[in-house]
Amino acid sequence: MPVTETRLLLKHADDPAYGIDLASYEKVGGYEMLKKAVGLKPEDIRTEIKNSGLRGRGGAGFPCGVKWDLVDRKSGKPIYLIVNCDESEPGTFKDRQLVHKDPHQLIEGVMISAFANNVALAFIYIREEMPKGAKILNQAIEEARAKGYVGANICGSSYSCDIIVHRGAGAYICGEETGLIESMEGKRAYPRIKPPFFPAVLGLYQCPTIVNNVETLCNVPHILRMGAAEYCKIGRNNNTGTRIWCVSGQVQRPGYYEVAGITFGQLLNDICGGPLPGRKFKAIVPGGGSSKILRYDEKFKGKKPDGTPHEFTFDEIPLDFDGIASAGSMSGSGAVIVMDDSVDIMEALANLVAFYAHESCGQCTPCREGSLWAKKMTHRMCGGEARERDLTTLYDMAGNIGGRTVCPMGFSTTWPVQSYIDKFRPEIEAKTRENRLGMSRDARLIEK
Amino acid sequence: MAFQLKPETVEKIDRMIARYPQKRSALMMVLHEIQEEKRVISNEAIEWVAARLELQPINVLEVVTFFPSYRQKPIGKVWVRVCRTLSCALMGGYKTGEILEKELGCKMGHTSDDGSVTLEYAECLAACGTGPVALVDEDLFENLTPDKLGPVIAEIKKRAAGGTPTPTKN
Ligand SMILES: Cc1cc2nc3c(=O)[nH]c(=O)nc-3n(C[C@H](O)[C@H](O)[C@H](O)COP(=O)(O)O)c2cc1C
Ligand code: FES
Repeated sequence: MPVTETRLLLKHADDPAYGIDLASYEKVGGYEMLKKAVGLKPEDIRTEIKNSGLRGRGGAGFPCGVKWDLVDRKSGKPIYLIVNCDESEPGTFKDRQLVHKDPHQLIEGVMISAFANNVALAFIYIREEMPKGAKILNQAIEEARAKGYVGANICGSSYSCDIIVHRGAGAYICGEETGLIESMEGKRAYPRIKPPFFPAVLGLYQCPTIVNNVETLCNVPHILRMGAAEYCKIGRNNNTGTRIWCVSGQVQRPGYYEVAGITFGQLLNDICGGPLPGRKFKAIVPGGGSSKILRYDEKFKGKKPDGTPHEFTFDEIPLDFDGIASAGSMSGSGAVIVMDDSVDIMEALANLVAFYAHESCGQCTPCREGSLWAKKMTHRMCGGEARERDLTTLYDMAGNIGGRTVCPMGFSTTWPVQSYIDKFRPEIEAKTRENRLGMSRDARLIEK
Repeated sequence: MAFQLKPETVEKIDRMIARYPQKRSALMMVLHEIQEEKRVISNEAIEWVAARLELQPINVLEVVTFFPSYRQKPIGKVWVRVCRTLSCALMGGYKTGEILEKELGCKMGHTSDDGSVTLEYAECLAACGTGPVALVDEDLFENLTPDKLGPVIAEIKKRAAGGTPTPTKN
């Protein structure tokens, strides 16, 4: 049987007859679930979301229902909801599709989630580099307001909630939820330390705050429509629902694909058409630039459900949170960057290290200094000027960043550096020993 | 001369400030409005914003200097940002950047002498599946492999010469 997409969130997005206007969305049943929701008890909606097993699509895969349970509802302070549309993890472009092609689906998801959590003011934090997305959202919100789906007395009920679209300003760290909150307060986006600053308790203005990814919240109307039990039938246990995978790099058909219950091999070979003519897959970044790299020819070790050990290939990795974790990496933001045998792995590493060096917010010394130092070393290792101890220093130094900083961004240098070296040590050693220059055949990957 | 904005910009800014639970929260949005009108965040602008939001100028300055999108040097008439991050680089993003440098007569990371074009590399623009990509003002141009640069170059030159932007779908 041919492998196909399971389009739930993107069902209408690429239909040429489907528009971003309210009428298009209403024609396919849009806002019906919001109408239903305002007649339910907020806690019943929260229970349904919890039972659906919905896991966060922003990076960490934290169960959405559990996150909502952690919200401090006794403080008497207002509760805020923030939608994370900062989408800046290298390789990720799914939230862009959801916002630009079906904005009302997101707005319905936001409003239901806001109602379920007694939120009276929600924000959509969208990166500066999506100016049209911000306009589309604002226009959609005004349309929805005119119809009573946003604003005062939603769907004729006594419930009111507004949405503000807040634009970022080009900083990756604003994707990290506490950095995002600081920037929304009009400050530099320096992440806050946890504990005590868990957003669910001390978030925006020190009030309980929920931060969820765009894709996560787009699932909410569907869960309500289908019911948690039906929704759980999509995907695997503990990995329910569909996921939108963003495939980029050297593959026949890059793009965004919404799938459920398939393997990594089925995504890259069947759906994306395999490697470019005459090429072989070499390495795959499975979950955004900061995730640990996987070799295509690697054998992974795991355990079957009954406990017997078994080996599996890259192609056999179940394409979901737990599947990729079992191969030693993470599904992160669902961003798959494919590299074939034309790529010099050291250059690819140097490219990503430069990203994280540019984006370190500068608050913590290990990340600020370490990422820049890693950039210097990786660049001279690509430029024919490697020093004898560079490789060892780079590896050890990178190991001293992650876990020693306020936010998890330190790992964005640690994980790529250590995994690229672990998996491709002979290639990297040879390159630095011989001080060979640019080796990627197709394209230069680093600044001159 | 005292710092002045168009009355409609001021109106928009005041409406925006009123929507936030705390004035200071509107800071980023206010800066966006000012930069859109002036193409720069000047010291005078910083003082104006501080007064409007009941902050000290340093509170505004520290945000302006933190975020890459805010500029203390004027942005050219056309703002071109070419993605250099891995997915785009794999498809030839750096080559695209070099060709644009040559064709537009503008060095990467600079504004042309006549102030018409600012050309820069940017980090991942969240459009990696159609790389290389570039953001020209508000418009995203995709699949910019070195052999397919004609239309985007023509569009940038047209805007630089003061022509009305051709609408794009993204
Ligand atoms: C450095 C860093 C960058 C992040 N960038 C994003 C991002 O661009 N978009 C996003 O949704 N989450 C991002 N996250 C995760 C958020 O902190 C947060 O966990 C997420 O938005 C929660 O939503 P979810 O539970 O629905 O996934 C980032 C985290 C870190 C540490
Ligand atoms: S790498 Fe260029 S848009 Fe993401």
